[in-house]
Amino acid sequence: MASTTEAPPRKNRVPRRPGDRIFAGVSTGSGVLILVALAGVAVFLVTEAWPALTAPAEDIPGGQGLVFYIWPLLFGTLISAVLALVIAVPLAVAIALFITYYAPRSIAKALGYIIDLLAAVPSIIFGLWGMNVLAPVTVDPASWASEYLGWIPFFAGPPSSTGRTMLVAIIVLAVMVLPIITAVVREAFMQTPQLHEEAALAIGATRWEMIRMAALPFGRSSIIGASMLGLGRALGETMAVAMVLSASAGGITFNLISSDNPPTIAANIALQFPEATGVGIHTLIASGLVLFAITLAVNMIARAVINRRKDFDGAN
Amino acid sequence: MKRSTLGRAFVLPTTAALAFGLVACGSANEEGAASGPTVNGAGASSQEAAQNAWRTGFLENNDGTINYDPVGSSGGREQFTNGGVDFAGSDAYLDDKEVKAAQERCGEGGFVEVPAYVSPVALITNIEGVDSLKLKPETIAKIFNQKITKWNDPEIAATNKGVNLPDTRIVPVNRADGSGTTENFAEYLKAAAPEQWPHEVSDEWPVDGGEAAQGTSGVVQAVKNGSGTIGYADASQAGDLTTVEVGVGDEFVKYSPEAASAVLDVSERVEGRGEHSFAFDLARDTKESGTYPIVLVSYVLACSNYDNADKATMVKNYLNYVVSAEGQKAAAEQAGSAPISDDLRSKVKPAVESIGSSNSGS
Repeated sequence: MASTTEAPPRKNRVPRRPGDRIFAGVSTGSGVLILVALAGVAVFLVTEAWPALTAPAEDIPGGQGLVFYIWPLLFGTLISAVLALVIAVPLAVAIALFITYYAPRSIAKALGYIIDLLAAVPSIIFGLWGMNVLAPVTVDPASWASEYLGWIPFFAGPPSSTGRTMLVAIIVLAVMVLPIITAVVREAFMQTPQLHEEAALAIGATRWEMIRMAALPFGRSSIIGASMLGLGRALGETMAVAMVLSASAGGITFNLISSDNPPTIAANIALQFPEATGVGIHTLIASGLVLFAITLAVNMIARAVINRRKDFDGAN
Repeated sequence: MKRSTLGRAFVLPTTAALAFGLVACGSANEEGAASGPTVNGAGASSQEAAQNAWRTGFLENNDGTINYDPVGSSGGREQFTNGGVDFAGSDAYLDDKEVKAAQERCGEGGFVEVPAYVSPVALITNIEGVDSLKLKPETIAKIFNQKITKWNDPEIAATNKGVNLPDTRIVPVNRADGSGTTENFAEYLKAAAPEQWPHEVSDEWPVDGGEAAQGTSGVVQAVKNGSGTIGYADASQAGDLTTVEVGVGDEFVKYSPEAASAVLDVSERVEGRGEHSFAFDLARDTKESGTYPIVLVSYVLACSNYDNADKATMVKNYLNYVVSAEGQKAAAEQAGSAPISDDLRSKVKPAVESIGSSNSGS
């Protein structure tokens, strides 16, 4: 609506003041700068990964070629990020709904601040917390789960005695992506048109029904968009995963509670880069290229989904 | 409509801040020129604490600047042979290819390679009710290869009469990141128990399925937090965890600085690398009484000849301090390393003394 009211006067404006020109230049420059930076990263990744892409299989660390090297990493990255999202998204939506519809104003405000504060905690702190606090706590529940729920592949065991498992990594990632998802979803719910809410209540809907009829449809594209933002962060999270997860390259498994876990791409780069040489360096960068491509794809899919959903938004 | 004013208020200060930031960076780089020559080094992160101790001790009586960038052994060797740094620290001696590159870089006189940092690697365990453990090399290899999986295995019990070994699962803990400690430990296993350790030696842990932790502190933490755990780590970081007495010949040796540096005295020097290269093939399988064979020996690399005479003197004096009894003691206090023996010191001294410059003027 802003664009339709703004467009005509812009054309007719006769004198362009210096401020306008500077601002236009600065903002255009910023936009271009982002594209240049992104292109720079892409060029760097491709040129540095190229020697690994063309190297003979036995030169790649592990000796079985690039695909065999990267596949477990990719698997670990995807399973940790996706399962973290499975935990975080429902939680984030529930928190956002609570803040916008249920909580008294003072509590809502305080809770909002606290959630935002979570986003300001550095990931190395989450790593330390996961490794020293959360991991030991999960040891007993995990051994219980492997004993009684062992038929579920997730809990096949044998349980780790230190708790530094994929399960803990997933929980830590979920906590880390929670603030960003909550913030975006909360903003969306706040903007639910009041008319829709009142209309729903007027036809006799309870509060839950009103949320289902007005808030959720209106916020759906935001929830998807926020999830993808969170997924992007979870895919790329490095330090916390490197510290929490006990990983080895052979561990392609859905088993979440053993010491034998697939590594993630970002954590693996952080762990191996300092002592890597020759083709090893290029191999690590090639895995980074894969992560870059996946993150890009995730974001593009998110865009597509949001754009498709827009037409059915409750708002219009 | 409001957006544009808001945007303007935001963008301008941001660009201003950016510009200021750049200016600040530029000026910061120009400052800090101390008196005396600057010598740059890079390499093994294992040496970082020792290098700090050496630098502090050395600069008490000397002018100049010494930098050590703990980029990792391989990075240090690469930078040294490329001529990027003046000296390097490395957890392994140069391989044949690197020897050629180093000779090319240093030119006439060749390169200096001396063992300067000897660090015992302890096997640390956390088993309920067990506060002393004796293990033979074959048993250690089987444990880390996950062939023995219970602490009350007869093979472990055989060397630990009178110890109440529990029926718990063995959780071997290894480094998740590439590490010289891993390489040295694997080398030991390969040499002392070749039949039980078929894996190739590299700085990455070869066995999947163990508990993997980041860095020495990560390994120690994992051993401490878990139960039935066993891991390998720098002995100085072992803390109050139970350390394993390792089988050497017919006896079992607990790590100690003397026992660790004794290995170098029974090891063979690698030949054909130039007179100033003191590379040792460690006698991991030694049966000599009183030696502790799981050690990490880290070398300092330098050139015999530098273009700049001031720099040459500085490097020479620094290395002299590093291998001196005083320097070794400083490293032992700061980094928990094992001081090299007097015997070895007298052998490597001439190599360090050879450092000089063909340009008499600077």
